[in-house]
Amino acid sequence: MNLNALWEYANPKKFIQTTDRVLPWVSGLAVVALVVGLVWGFFFTPEDYRQGSTVKIIYLHVPSALMAINIWLMMLVTSLIWIVRRHHVSALAARAAAPIGAVMTVIALITGAIWGQPMWGTWWAWDPRLTSFLILFLFYVGYMALWEAIENDDTAADLTSILCLVGSVFALLSRYAVNFWNQGLHQGASLSLDKEENVADVFYHPLLVCIAGFVLLFIALVLLRTRTEIRARRMRALLARERMG
Amino acid sequence: MSALLLRDLRLAVRAGGGFGLGLAFFLIVVVLVPFGVGPAQDLLQVIAPGVLWIGALLACLLSLDRIFALDWEDGSLDLLVTAPLPMEAVVSIKALAHWLSTGLPLVLASPLFGLLLNLPVEGYKPLVLSLLLGTPALSVIGTFGAALTVGLKRGGLLLSLLVLPLYVPTLIFGAEMARRGAEGLSTGTPLLLLAGITCGTIALLPFASAAVLRVNLR
Repeated sequence: MNLNALWEYANPKKFIQTTDRVLPWVSGLAVVALVVGLVWGFFFTPEDYRQGSTVKIIYLHVPSALMAINIWLMMLVTSLIWIVRRHHVSALAARAAAPIGAVMTVIALITGAIWGQPMWGTWWAWDPRLTSFLILFLFYVGYMALWEAIENDDTAADLTSILCLVGSVFALLSRYAVNFWNQGLHQGASLSLDKEENVADVFYHPLLVCIAGFVLLFIALVLLRTRTEIRARRMRALLARERMG
Repeated sequence: MSALLLRDLRLAVRAGGGFGLGLAFFLIVVVLVPFGVGPAQDLLQVIAPGVLWIGALLACLLSLDRIFALDWEDGSLDLLVTAPLPMEAVVSIKALAHWLSTGLPLVLASPLFGLLLNLPVEGYKPLVLSLLLGTPALSVIGTFGAALTVGLKRGGLLLSLLVLPLYVPTLIFGAEMARRGAEGLSTGTPLLLLAGITCGTIALLPFASAAVLRVNLR
């Protein structure tokens, strides 16, 4: 496949046409994956011998935490594309993704607190992972606030993408700084591609389905929000033209 | 370059009192803390390094919007852009002027405020050293935030929201160094990390600030 063909979708019209066809499928698959994964996870997996039924919160906690970080990465990539190639759809996709990322961060924090209460005996601890998620949430909030504050669309896109780049570096720095600052309660990563040992298979398979569901849900939401944004912008342009004429 | 630096310093000292304001704010934060947590000397001794760092950080934050706002209003920022000086240099000079007029006085005053918070004797040197190393990073990062919000009405609150998360690594290493110093532990590691952050931000962030400023003045 010619990679250059990818840039075709940067054309807003082409983007709308394509997503018209893709969106129902993605949303449908997201619903199916989420229903299957969550029902499987909640009702058809055994309870953990030490954690009891609280282990089942993993099916919300891990996917949302995963998405919270990956959405920021996606925003980083789309911001870079905007800076380099100046495709408006790219900037709008970054803008559309930010609130979803913030919500994912909040879900991860809340489910984590609910899980932490019975396991660690506390809702909140200044553990490196928890703290860096809170900081990540602040980055999301700042990013969204900057988008909202600036009236000119192109200026806002430029400034927020630079903020996203700088913010990524500082978010990474904070992640390791926080590690240095306090050793925590949270376990290490229990899922990874290069490790032999993962979560036991009974939990692992429904968890994978849930993660797939969250990813699909995110894609569907981003496409939907980007389309809304494109249409809103088109509407503003039309209104402005009418006032002129 | 030196003309710009001198001009900024003179403006800071003479016009509008941005100079003493940061110090006064720092003093007030330090005075308010014992009211909040109680006057117990041993408790104050424990939290002194952290309080002093947060006080310095907030005092620094308070004066950030002055870096570009006045120049933006009277149009001298446009002149600076068209001047032969590269934008990166303008931004660096602005950050340096901000540090000299805000950061440095905070560093010099910090031992006095440490006295108010019952900081142990061995803690003074690491505290001053950590602030001396860390406050330039605060100024440079703050200049980036000020450049982001320069054209905005009511940019002050947004500026804090944008800048404070960026301050986290600096605060962690700086306060950690001051704390370890006050407890008589070795301060080598946080010192090196703090110095690394400061050097890194001074080297790289002016490019981002300049890019942002160019967008804002387009």
